[in-house]
Amino acid sequence: MSGREPQTALAAAIEQNRRNERVTRAWLLAPALTIILAISILPLGITVVYSFLTPGTYGGVTWEFSTDSYVQFLFQRDIFDDSLVFNSAYVSIFLRSIGLALGATLGALILGFPTAYFIATKPREQRNIWLFLITLPFWTNLLIRTYAMLLIIRDEGIINIMLMKAGIISSPLTILYTDTAVFIGLIYSFLPFMVLPIYASLEKLDFSLVEAGYDLYANRLKVLFHVIVPLAKPGIVAGCILVFIPGLGAYITPELLGGGKKLMIGNMIAMQFGASRNWPFGSAAALILMALVILVLLANALAARRGASNNG
Amino acid sequence: MADPTTAMPASTQPRQRRRLVRDLKAMPGFTATAWLCIVTLYLPILVLIAFSFNENRSVVLWTGFSLDWYAKALENDGIRNAAWVSVKIALFATVISTIAATMAALATTRTKAFAGQGLVYGIINQPLMIPEIVTAIATLSLFALVKKVTGLTGIGYLMLAHAAFCIPFAYMPIRARLETMTLTLEQAAADLYAPPLKVFTLVTLPLLGPGIVAGAMLAFVVSLDDVIITLMIAGPGETTLPIYILGAIRRGITPEINAVSTILVAVSVLLVMLLFLVQRRMQR
Repeated sequence: MSGREPQTALAAAIEQNRRNERVTRAWLLAPALTIILAISILPLGITVVYSFLTPGTYGGVTWEFSTDSYVQFLFQRDIFDDSLVFNSAYVSIFLRSIGLALGATLGALILGFPTAYFIATKPREQRNIWLFLITLPFWTNLLIRTYAMLLIIRDEGIINIMLMKAGIISSPLTILYTDTAVFIGLIYSFLPFMVLPIYASLEKLDFSLVEAGYDLYANRLKVLFHVIVPLAKPGIVAGCILVFIPGLGAYITPELLGGGKKLMIGNMIAMQFGASRNWPFGSAAALILMALVILVLLANALAARRGASNNG
Repeated sequence: MADPTTAMPASTQPRQRRRLVRDLKAMPGFTATAWLCIVTLYLPILVLIAFSFNENRSVVLWTGFSLDWYAKALENDGIRNAAWVSVKIALFATVISTIAATMAALATTRTKAFAGQGLVYGIINQPLMIPEIVTAIATLSLFALVKKVTGLTGIGYLMLAHAAFCIPFAYMPIRARLETMTLTLEQAAADLYAPPLKVFTLVTLPLLGPGIVAGAMLAFVVSLDDVIITLMIAGPGETTLPIYILGAIRRGITPEINAVSTILVAVSVLLVMLLFLVQRRMQR
């Protein structure tokens, strides 16, 4: 009887403590969560609503329900009999963007994997310098980096001048305002995103496994593709996602290097909120882009889960 | 009779193996690729910087060193206004996002694991996961609605939008710092009857200092460099430096743009180098 009272008092104190902790945590989280919920997540809800409205005459929206934005994405109304005709214009912009983003991802992988491997096999002090050199461009303005790329790939840019002086070409190569320019620009923009995660997984690589491979008479290529690459797979997948997603939604690169002629999804969306004044269609296109991104992330999560259950 | 292993000269086998072991890690062409990456990443920027010091108006031919374009850029009212707008927005966004991120980092590391922790991480990192153009047009839609209802205009919208996308950048280093800090010192202070507020201001905060500085610097750089969100929601008279540069590039390439761009790159690089040093001190 006498032993029970202190026990309940203790339990009450612990319970009180726990409640205090919950309250403190809620207060601490409040500012960050409020700002992000209000400024980043709530607007996504508004975008969903807008995508089902009718465009206003001077931009904005008129509050009339309509699914036209989604219909417009695939079809065009025939001006004579109002029937729907398949229109490939927007689908082809999406396909072009996916193609360019995939190409840039592959390009970044081909450049980024050997670089990450090279860094991971360097002595520790040198690694930090290399990593710093790879990360630094990420923190410099993407617009200025893209502009700098524009300067060197122009017809009268330094690359063409050097090639002409070397006598390799007689007239300048037209790279700027082509798909090639956008492709180069995307690789250049997002290359650090490929190198860093691959490095992170290669850094932990146990080289005795590589040695075992050589001992079993594997040649370099076999060791690379049957030992090193499988062990670096999580980093490779992460790098590919980190390059593909921003590549898909790129705005600045196609704007500057594609010259506004070679549109990607990002520019198409921005145009609907600018000159085209069709906010509902722009909202719908943005949501379709987001759906694509979520699809990629889901596929990755599913693959990761299946990989984990296979191993476990 | 002739055993193949003994037929082989005895000395070649170990030597061959040693050669293999010595460049066990080497892969042909990988070093060259790494250097190619560095050249690709740095050559364009270096060319831009070099031509910002070119005496000639041409952005093609080098004729001599000069600081004229910097003088021209600094005299330009458009550039000066844009720089001032950029700094104002970046300072506001940095202060707000760093405070919010510090509090959130304390909540997610200094209290016990809780239900919904994954969701909280998801929300804080949300601005990083969605394509910037989507965030930009979504924020534009919200602000257009708010403006219509309240009639309020001004630079506040831009400041708030920047604060929102700066939070995850400020949050990362602060949380990383908290995770490597042991609770021992804080517990010792509490054992010596320091009230919680004193423990926080005299022990936790000074230890957390480098993390907060790192977070604030990242937030500042990210805000200063933003293009897409700013482009979509900036009203008249709210031109930031990157937006000014974008407009100038669209009008035509001039050496003045090279000079302003170089200054902006220099600011980011200096801040990130400082950050690198701060983080190295943190590791020690």
